[in-house]
Amino acid sequence: MSEIDLRRAGDRGALLDLADNGAAVRVARRLSASGRFLDVVPGHRTVLVTWTDDPPHEEILALAAEALAVPDERAPTRTVEIPAGYGGPDLDEVARLCGCSAEEVVSRHLASEYTVAFLGFAPGFGYLVGGDPRLTVPRLDVPRPRVPAGTVAIAGPYSGVYPRESPGGWRLIGATAVTLFDPARTPPALLAAGDAVRFVPE
Amino acid sequence: MSDITVVRAGPLTTVQDRGRPGWAHIGVAPSGAMDRDALAFGNRIVGNDPAAAALEATLVGPSLRFRVPALVALTGAESNATVSGHPAAANALVRVAPGEVLELRGLVAGVRAYICVRGGIDAEPALGSRSTDLMGGLGPPPLRDGDALRIGAEPRTPPDPQAEAPTSPPGVPVLRVVAGPREDWFAPGALEALCASTWRVDPASNRIGLRLRGPKLERVNHGELLSEGLVTGAIQVPPSGQPIVLLNDHPTTGGYPVLAAVQSDDVALTAQLGPHSALRFALSP
Repeated sequence: MSEIDLRRAGDRGALLDLADNGAAVRVARRLSASGRFLDVVPGHRTVLVTWTDDPPHEEILALAAEALAVPDERAPTRTVEIPAGYGGPDLDEVARLCGCSAEEVVSRHLASEYTVAFLGFAPGFGYLVGGDPRLTVPRLDVPRPRVPAGTVAIAGPYSGVYPRESPGGWRLIGATAVTLFDPARTPPALLAAGDAVRFVPE
Repeated sequence: MSDITVVRAGPLTTVQDRGRPGWAHIGVAPSGAMDRDALAFGNRIVGNDPAAAALEATLVGPSLRFRVPALVALTGAESNATVSGHPAAANALVRVAPGEVLELRGLVAGVRAYICVRGGIDAEPALGSRSTDLMGGLGPPPLRDGDALRIGAEPRTPPDPQAEAPTSPPGVPVLRVVAGPREDWFAPGALEALCASTWRVDPASNRIGLRLRGPKLERVNHGELLSEGLVTGAIQVPPSGQPIVLLNDHPTTGGYPVLAAVQSDDVALTAQLGPHSALRFALSP
């Protein structure tokens, strides 16, 4: 399986380099379903696996190969709808950077079906890919110290929703009332890697 | 009902247990006591379950008024603690009567002290742990003056005042590291430079990361790494070339390349390193 590159990540972890995000999601799901590992963390094109006892490198590679042997059609995914209102503080600036009107930014952002590439940054924060490439904007030079919970934001190839008030360097274009993370809920995070996401008008 | 009133919280006192590993895929850090041996030792002395939560004090300990009789153990960094003005021994069973004040002061021989109370500190668990996660905002917020704390149920096991103290070797701590996963993003010799240098702890270090000062670790690949999962102990190198060792409250994914990672059993050696402390790394096979 030449497409799997296993690198060591400490004495109880390994990082698998994979071809793309779809492969990362499939491999992460298979490794996670095995129940054999402590953490299975998909990244953009990687999967981090950790364990508590002896290094299970052979087993990881076998499970990953098994997951990749499945034909590359995206496994059935849930679609999560996020009702959003647009009009964040950076909407006009995003429109200027993209050379279109604020209305077009909104309609383009609503038109795409996104995929949760991976989670990170904060509990429940999903990095959404698959958005309109014309809405690719750089991060802010100086991150804001406080971005309110529920803010819809974009940066680079990603869209995302801030689960709780936190600092943030993405451009803010909208807001949702949906709770993205609640430790008392099962599952605690609304989004999982591989989910499809649509923003719908509030 | 409160069992303990926080008279003075100190600069950063949090509730910590063994943390919440296993949730990294949804962006949740492991958290938990930085000096896990000190927490385990304190819990043994007072007869607690190893999973019981304690208070982790940083640099300066808190002052606590007890409303109920309690058995307490003070472990980790020492602080010339007193109970109602009388010296309270470290690493031993300390009795506190109702109305008495347990007072810790500036910490010496380390920067983190643990206040373990028989029954444990009771707080609402989040994802199976009572630990405060400073980055993710999980668990109880850091203590503030005037807070009320509850003590958990009496454990079945008796206290063990003879419990053996954990030891740490004297001198500059040496942390064993495993190369990678992104050593190929660095100039030849970067790993050698990491292991040949004595590093100093930057005062901006915290439970999220230990920021180090020393020679610049040079990269050869200046591209943007796509975000990937990070282990606790990962040595991340931002464009400044000054490494950051990711600790218990670390972000679960990130895009700075990781040159090497500290072995799991050595990460806790960083727990008692204060500002400007020295440390070294050694490459393990």
